[in-house]
Amino acid sequence: MLSAILFTLGLGGACGVALSLASKVFYVYEDPRISQVENLLAGANCGGCGMAGCSAAAEGIVTGKAPASACILIGPENVSAIAQIVGSEAGAAEALLSYNECSGGNRATDRFFYNGLNRCNAVASLYGGKRDCTIGCLGFGDCVRACKFDAIKIDDNGVPEVDKEKCVGCGACEQVCPKTIVEVRPMSQRLLRLNTDDDALAPCQQTCPAEIDIPRYISQIKSGEYEAAVNTIRERNPLLLACGRVCPHPCEEYCRRSIEDDPVSINQLKRFVADLEMNSGKRFPISVAPDTGKRVAVIGGGPAGLSAAFFLRRLGHGVTIFEAMPKLGGMIRYGIPEYRLPKKVLDWEIEGILNLGIDHHTNVKMGVDFDLGSLIGAGFDAVFFGVGAWDDYNLQIPGEEYAGCFTGIDFLARIGNNKPIKLGKRAAIIGGGNTAIDCARTMVRTGAEKVYLVYRRTRNEMPANEVEIVAADHEGIEFVFLAAPKQVIADSDGNVTGLEYLKMELGEPDASGRRRPVPVDGSETVLEVDMIITAIGQSPDLSFRKEGTRLDELDITRWNTFEVNPETCQTNVPYIFAAGDAQTGPATVVAAIGGGRRAARAMDQFLKGKPVVGVPRALLSQRHIDESIFDTVPGVEKSKRVEMPELSVSERIDNFVEVDLVISEADALRESSRCLNCCRLCYDPDQLREQNVDAG
Amino acid sequence: MGDLLVLVISCIFINNILLAQYLGNCPFLGTSKKMETAIGMAGAVVFVLTMAGIITWLIDVYFLKRLDIEFLRTIAFILVIASLVQFVEMFLKKSIPALYAGLGIFLPLITTNCAVMGVCLINIQEEYSFLQAVVSSLAYAVGFGVALVLFTGIRERIILGRVPKPLQDTSIGLITAGFVALVFIGFQGLV
Repeated sequence: MLSAILFTLGLGGACGVALSLASKVFYVYEDPRISQVENLLAGANCGGCGMAGCSAAAEGIVTGKAPASACILIGPENVSAIAQIVGSEAGAAEALLSYNECSGGNRATDRFFYNGLNRCNAVASLYGGKRDCTIGCLGFGDCVRACKFDAIKIDDNGVPEVDKEKCVGCGACEQVCPKTIVEVRPMSQRLLRLNTDDDALAPCQQTCPAEIDIPRYISQIKSGEYEAAVNTIRERNPLLLACGRVCPHPCEEYCRRSIEDDPVSINQLKRFVADLEMNSGKRFPISVAPDTGKRVAVIGGGPAGLSAAFFLRRLGHGVTIFEAMPKLGGMIRYGIPEYRLPKKVLDWEIEGILNLGIDHHTNVKMGVDFDLGSLIGAGFDAVFFGVGAWDDYNLQIPGEEYAGCFTGIDFLARIGNNKPIKLGKRAAIIGGGNTAIDCARTMVRTGAEKVYLVYRRTRNEMPANEVEIVAADHEGIEFVFLAAPKQVIADSDGNVTGLEYLKMELGEPDASGRRRPVPVDGSETVLEVDMIITAIGQSPDLSFRKEGTRLDELDITRWNTFEVNPETCQTNVPYIFAAGDAQTGPATVVAAIGGGRRAARAMDQFLKGKPVVGVPRALLSQRHIDESIFDTVPGVEKSKRVEMPELSVSERIDNFVEVDLVISEADALRESSRCLNCCRLCYDPDQLREQNVDAG
Repeated sequence: MGDLLVLVISCIFINNILLAQYLGNCPFLGTSKKMETAIGMAGAVVFVLTMAGIITWLIDVYFLKRLDIEFLRTIAFILVIASLVQFVEMFLKKSIPALYAGLGIFLPLITTNCAVMGVCLINIQEEYSFLQAVVSSLAYAVGFGVALVLFTGIRERIILGRVPKPLQDTSIGLITAGFVALVFIGFQGLV
């Protein structure tokens, strides 16, 4: 008996001593916060957080690999206690949300019929699933079963619907989904998503250079969720007021409805919700991730710079914008006239972006007031160049130096900046793009008696937007087609008196597919004008690149633009990124916004020390997914597209009041219901019929 | 040598700890839903079971038998196995962090694994020599791993079948385990 007691005591003692010795000998320094955090976790080792047990989760939280809210079982008190231990604010940690990209659901046609299989995972392993669409939702609800919080259900349309109140972002649904339909991402990762050719994308969304989820915001407008629609647009485009007014909306060209009918007036709808927010008197809140402590300098406060600054700020980085002009906005402030985009509207929009906590300095020019060295010295971790294309091309004809000759952007910027300018009474604008039209319509408003628009090809080849050409025509601008300026004629004082041009005729098509104009010999004609504005294109002003500096090492293309990787916008100097006109050459506002976001995505990778890489299979809005482009759209009934309300010519001809007006709420609702709610392959052909039934 | 080979085959196939003795049922059902988890568990069991087999054999022969207190065997083994697992965990964390990270959560789970206890007791009951105890512990552990991995492979495919609602998940798992055990009966008479 005694030996038994002694043995038990001895064994217990030996085990105790051995373990305490071992814990001394094999002591590994561990952040004391890890055990504190572990005590606050559920201790169930359930793996719901995606890590191997609670100890691993605690370590992940303390080392910053997981958010304070990683554990799916604990309540908000514990989350905030953990957040206190690891020193982050509980409220600031980004919530993970489950998000579903596919809107096909029951609309998708079935390709196979599986007898007896009732799990997504099962049908996915047999020929990829029953639906015609290879990427879309299979609809058996594996995600619903996986969700421990009852936050997902398959809705009436047959696609998963996430209840944002119940979702804790555990990611269980994403893990079981055999497709990539359900994704659990914090907002900052959603902001950085680039379209790829295996996404559930409608044709319009593939076309938009800013990659806005167009069908989603239209359907949100349709159901009256205007704030949600604005937020959807803001995930991709911070300048919705400006874009709603000036975007040439390439998306509408690819609208699936346009195959059988007029396209949906997508841009009018964007403007409708954007104006609704502005006129509501308050700003819809914009989410910003917790501060990362990194700082970025954005050179150029135009659309590309504002877009990059907006997205970098929303990702939690510190951003400072440096702008050479007196106010932010760049080309959309100084290149787009007041009657198309009122400065008041632009100011309101830019104020909202700066309100996120973005610093800015105006009237400071790169290479004059500061340079790259001073930025790096001031502690900026990366630099973004969105300097635009502000150098007007010259015609290279004799007499361009005479008084009365201007270049397009210079002219528009002076008017926009209210700088004194000697205006003529009879003006000739040379060029066929939007800048030329803007100059011509501006001249009309300054009180010119006669405005000519001189273009060397014909109306069909004009690169300007069709609506702009029509509006210019209505305002009495005279188009002089097939005319190549030969020289500027001036009087003895050096003031312009006329423009001599050669008449042209169209010859063989050139490399761009447009028929090349060839001069007609002896056809010299003189237009009697006292002012000439040349608007034949621009290139970036990169004069700040001084010899022997880091900027001198930058690769520059033969069009004098930044040479970058198109997916990441990174230049050959790793911490320098560029987008917008400075990288693409003169292009649209929406393209600059898309470029700014792509650059923000890559800069985020750079600032977080990750490799700066693009996305495999990125669309970059230059190509389309073949299977999503249809020839015919059966079942669509024609319905009239909403008319854009505008001021009459007599009301607008002598002032700079905004010409295009916003559509009414009733029109917006009607127009949004014209949307076929397309996905990659699916669409609702009976949209209109339903609506007619409702109305009748 | 031949005897040892017979012992190995017997432990892995004929007297498989999971399917013939039906010990270690909880991890068998709990960690057999995903192949990755199953392999992690199998690795941890091989490691711990071999260690536990050796230590408990030594304790039994040098203490319990000599002091004639074999009735304390169960409680002594529990204490030893639990301490051993803790010790191994600390040792691995310090010395072989890679292996520690790999075994992760499974090490502490084995503390209360009846398969480990079972094998240690079998080693004593069958009056194995030290070498035989080492080999049998290792072979039983390998048998555990084989059965677990096989079973996980089947469970991952059960999803393809249409399982009636009352039988889903653990129920169909137990039925399947029964079938697998029946299959292993086929090894009877091999040696």
